[in-house]
Amino acid sequence: MTDDDRGRMLDAIGVGSVDELFEDIPADVRLDRPLKLPDGLPETEVFDRLAALASRNAHAEAEVSFLGAGMYDHYVPAIVDAITSRSEFLTPYTPYQPEISQGGLQAMFEFQTAMSELTGLPVSNAALYEGPSSVASAAYLALGATGRKKLVASRGVHPHSRESLVTYGAGYGSEVAEVDLDAGVTDASALADAIDDETAAVFLQQPNFLGAVEDVESLAQRAKEVGALVVVACDPVALSVLRPPGQCGADVAVGEGQPLGNRLDYGGPSFGFFCATEEHIRRMPGRIAGETTDVDGRRGFVLTLQTREQHIRREKATHNICTAQALNALAGIIHLSWLGKRGFVELGELLVRRTAYARERLAALDGVELLHQAPVVREFAVRLEAPVARVLERCAAEGIGAGYPLGRDYPEHEDGLLIALTERRSRADIDRLAEVLEKAIKESRANAPQAGTPGREAEDVPA
Amino acid sequence: MAKPELTETPMQGDPATTIFERSVEGRRAGALPEPDVPETPMDELIPKRLLRGKPAELPEVSEPEIVRHYNRISRRNFDLDTGFYPLGSCTMKHNPRLNERVAALPGHARLHPAQDPRRAQGALELMWRLCEALSEICGLPYVSLQPSAGSHGELAGLLLTRAYHADRGEERTKVLTPDTAHGTNPATVTMAGYEVVKLATNERGGIDLDDLRARADSETACLMLTNPNTLGLFDENITEIASIVHEAGGTLYYDGANLNAVMGRSRPGDMGFDIVHLNLHKSFSQPHGGGGPGAGPIAVSERIEPFLPRPQVVRRESSNGAEPAFDLDFDRPKSIGRLRGFQGNFGVFVRSYAYILSLGGDGLTEASETAVLNANYLLARMSEGRTGKFAPVAFDRRCMHEFVLSGAPAKKELGINTLDVAKRLLDFGMHPPTVYFPLLVDEAMMIEPTETETRETLDAFAEAIDSILAEAEDDPEVAQNAPYTTPVRRLDEVTANRRPIVRQPLSLS
Repeated sequence: MTDDDRGRMLDAIGVGSVDELFEDIPADVRLDRPLKLPDGLPETEVFDRLAALASRNAHAEAEVSFLGAGMYDHYVPAIVDAITSRSEFLTPYTPYQPEISQGGLQAMFEFQTAMSELTGLPVSNAALYEGPSSVASAAYLALGATGRKKLVASRGVHPHSRESLVTYGAGYGSEVAEVDLDAGVTDASALADAIDDETAAVFLQQPNFLGAVEDVESLAQRAKEVGALVVVACDPVALSVLRPPGQCGADVAVGEGQPLGNRLDYGGPSFGFFCATEEHIRRMPGRIAGETTDVDGRRGFVLTLQTREQHIRREKATHNICTAQALNALAGIIHLSWLGKRGFVELGELLVRRTAYARERLAALDGVELLHQAPVVREFAVRLEAPVARVLERCAAEGIGAGYPLGRDYPEHEDGLLIALTERRSRADIDRLAEVLEKAIKESRANAPQAGTPGREAEDVPA
Repeated sequence: MAKPELTETPMQGDPATTIFERSVEGRRAGALPEPDVPETPMDELIPKRLLRGKPAELPEVSEPEIVRHYNRISRRNFDLDTGFYPLGSCTMKHNPRLNERVAALPGHARLHPAQDPRRAQGALELMWRLCEALSEICGLPYVSLQPSAGSHGELAGLLLTRAYHADRGEERTKVLTPDTAHGTNPATVTMAGYEVVKLATNERGGIDLDDLRARADSETACLMLTNPNTLGLFDENITEIASIVHEAGGTLYYDGANLNAVMGRSRPGDMGFDIVHLNLHKSFSQPHGGGGPGAGPIAVSERIEPFLPRPQVVRRESSNGAEPAFDLDFDRPKSIGRLRGFQGNFGVFVRSYAYILSLGGDGLTEASETAVLNANYLLARMSEGRTGKFAPVAFDRRCMHEFVLSGAPAKKELGINTLDVAKRLLDFGMHPPTVYFPLLVDEAMMIEPTETETRETLDAFAEAIDSILAEAEDDPEVAQNAPYTTPVRRLDEVTANRRPIVRQPLSLS
C-alpha cells in the first residue's frame, strides 16, 4: 500500500490516522510496544532459514526407513502435487457457494465414492482432520445413535486413537474399557466379556497396531447381539486386499488417510475418513457432497444434509468440525485414480509379499523372534534380544530407520519393534535391514563390549 | 437495465463427468515396482475368509486422462488467486507461494512423525519457535500446536476448562456464548459435555453486561468470546467482561477467528483471556485448500498450562555448554491427553512460521492495520448511495477487520434478498461475503476484505454491489434468477437433502 493509497482511504473514512481506527480498543488492553519478534526477512533469507532447519531432520530420503505406526512413506505420484497445487484447488475455502465450487464439490463426491468402495459402507463424508480424532468422532456418533455411553476398545487400536477416545470421552462423559491382545490379535472372549447392553460402541483396528489382521466378523458378533456399534479403524491401503469392514459387520469405518496421496509431513496435514451404514447418514460428522441438478437441469453437486452441521444447527450439531482437510482428501482420490482398480490391488499384494519376505528374513536372525504369528499386510512386530533403543541407535548410524519401538505404548513389549513396509522398500532394502539389525543386536546385547562413537562404528561396516 | 441473455456458456455446455465415468477396463496410469520377492498366492499368506472377494471399483484411467479430468473440474472452482473473496470471518488473505516451497522440502515433507526426536531437531525447533511467536502475539505464556483446526482448538479449550475446574474439585456445567458466536462455539460446548447459555447483544454490538452479570454464576465453566466479534466490532467492555467471568470462577476462552484485526495492537492475554485458539489458515496464511487443511494451536495462561495436551515441544538447555536440545515431553500427569495422532499439522506450522519470519513483528502489525483500514474504507464506500440505503451497516460504528450489512431494506423495497445479491455477485467474478450470519442481523452480509486487497479491488466490489441494487430497482428478477455465467446455475438443494445421492453406485448398489 502506498502512502497515497493510505491517505486517500483515511480521507474517505474521515479519520486522520490509522490509530484512530483502533480507538474502540480500550487503552488498558492496547499493546503499547512493538511485538517482540524479529524484523521481517526477504524471501531468500526465509528460504535459507527454513532449509537449514529442514536439513537437521533425518527424513525418508536421508535414511532407509521402516517406520510406520499409522503413517507410511508411500510414493506420492507427481500428478498429486501438480493438481493439488493448482490455485483453483489450493486457495478457495469450503464450497458455501456451489455454483462456483463445482470442482471441489465433485472431487468430494468422487472421494466419497472411492471411500465407500474401499470400506464397503454406503455413506462417506468428505473427510475429517486425521485418523485418531476420527476414531473419537465415531464414539460421538455412537453415543447419539445408541443413547449409551460405555466404550470398549481393543488394545490393537492405535495408542493415539485410544488416547484421543479417552480425551474426548472426558467431555461427553464416556469411559473407555480396554481389551487385551492375545497372540497378536484381540482376545475374543475378553472382548465379549467387556461388552454389555450399556456399550455404545466397540473399537477395533484393521490391521491392528501390531500389524495383525483381525477377524473382524467374529469379533463383531457380541457387539451386534447387544446393539452396540462396531467401529473399525482401517489402514486404507490394506483394504486393497482385505475384506472390507462393511462386509464384516462394521457400522462405522474410519481411519488415517495419509497413505493415500499424502506425504509424511511429520504427522500432518493428512485426512481422516469416516464411512457408515445408511442408517447413520443424518448423524455423520463433517461435510458431505451430494449430487443434484441446477435450474436448467444440469448435473451439479452441493454440500448436503447441512442441518447436521454446526453453522446451521449450532449446539444441536452432530459434530463441531468446520475446516477439515479437503485438499488432502483430493490428494487421496487422485492417488487412488492413479493406482486404479488393478494398481491398487497390485500395491496391496506387493506389500503383503514383501512383508512376508521381511518377516521370514528377520525371524531367522540371531536375536530376533516374531512377537506374534498372526497374518499381516504391511507391518509386523518382533522381539529383540537386546535393548531396543540401543539397537535403533546403531541402525540409525548405519542409515537405517529400523522401526517403531513398542515400549512406550505397550510396556509389556519393552523389547518390541514394529517394522513397516511400503512399495519404496525393496527386497534389497529389506536385506540391508536384516544385515544391519543383526549386527546392531549383537553389539547391543547386555554383555557386548561398550559401544564406541557412532562414527567409528560406521567404519566397521563392510563395503 | 436489460436482462442478461440466457445463452449457455461453453462450460455450462460441458456436462459434469466423474473420474469413475471416464473409466475403461484395462486402462491405467501408475506402475508399481516389479515383484522382487516370491509371488506366493495371497491365500497362503492371509486366510481366504479375511481377504477381499472382489477388487474395489476404482477408476481405470490413463495419467493424461486424470490430469485432464482434474484440471477440467478445477476450472469449475472460483478461487482466491482469481478474484476478490471477502468471505467474512474466514480471512481469505493471499497465500505466499514461498510457504508451499519450504513446506515441500524433503526434510519437512518426508519426515516421519515417529522419528526419534534427536533426529528431528529441525522440526522440533521450528515448532518451538512457532510456539514462542504465537505466545508473544497472544500475550499468553504457553502454546500447544496440536489441535487441527479452530473447532478442534475450541474443543481442546473446553476440555482444558473441564480439567482445570476438576483439579480444583469443582464441576461446572454451563458455558456462556454470545448470540453472535460462530456455530462452532455452541457445537463445541455440547461436544464437551456442557450446556450452552446464550448472552444477549447490546445496542453497540457487544455483550449485554447486565445479561452477563445475571447469568455468570457458580455453574459457569467458561465464557467463549470472539473479539472483535462476528459483527467486526471490538467489545469495549472487555476488561469488565473478563472480571465478571473471573469473579464467577469461570475461564475466558478467546475464539481467534478474528485475530487478524488486532495482531500487534492488542493481545487476548492482556484482555484477560485464559485460552486462545488461532486459525493458522486465517491470520497466518495457510491456503484454505477448498475446506482445509488448517491448524488451530492454543495459547494458554499459567493456570491452564498443566492440563495442555501431550506431548508438548520443549527446549532442554544443555549442562555442558552444547546447543540446547528440543524434545517431546510426554511426562505431563495432569494433561487432558491427546486430541489426535502425532504432533499436529506440521506442514501448516512450516507455512505459518515462514509467514511470521517473512513479515516480522512490524509486518504482522501492519497486516492487521491494513486489514482494518481496508474494511473501514470499504464500509465508508458502501455506506453511501444505494448500498447505504438498501443494505445499511447493522451497527453504525467504526469496524475492525470486517463489517456486517443488513440487506433487509433491499428485500423489503426491491424484492431481492441477500441470497439474490450473493448469487448475482457471482456473475461479476467475485466471491460473495458470508451471508445470513451472524444470525441476529436480518439478511446479513459479513464482509472481510483482508489486508492483501488493493483499493481498486475494494472500489470494484462496492461498485458491483451498487450496480446489483441499481439493476434490482429496474427489475428484481435479474438478481432473483442469478447467476447466469457460472458453470452451473442455482442448484436444487432441497432434493439433494430429501433424497441424498452421496456416491456413485458401483459395487455397492
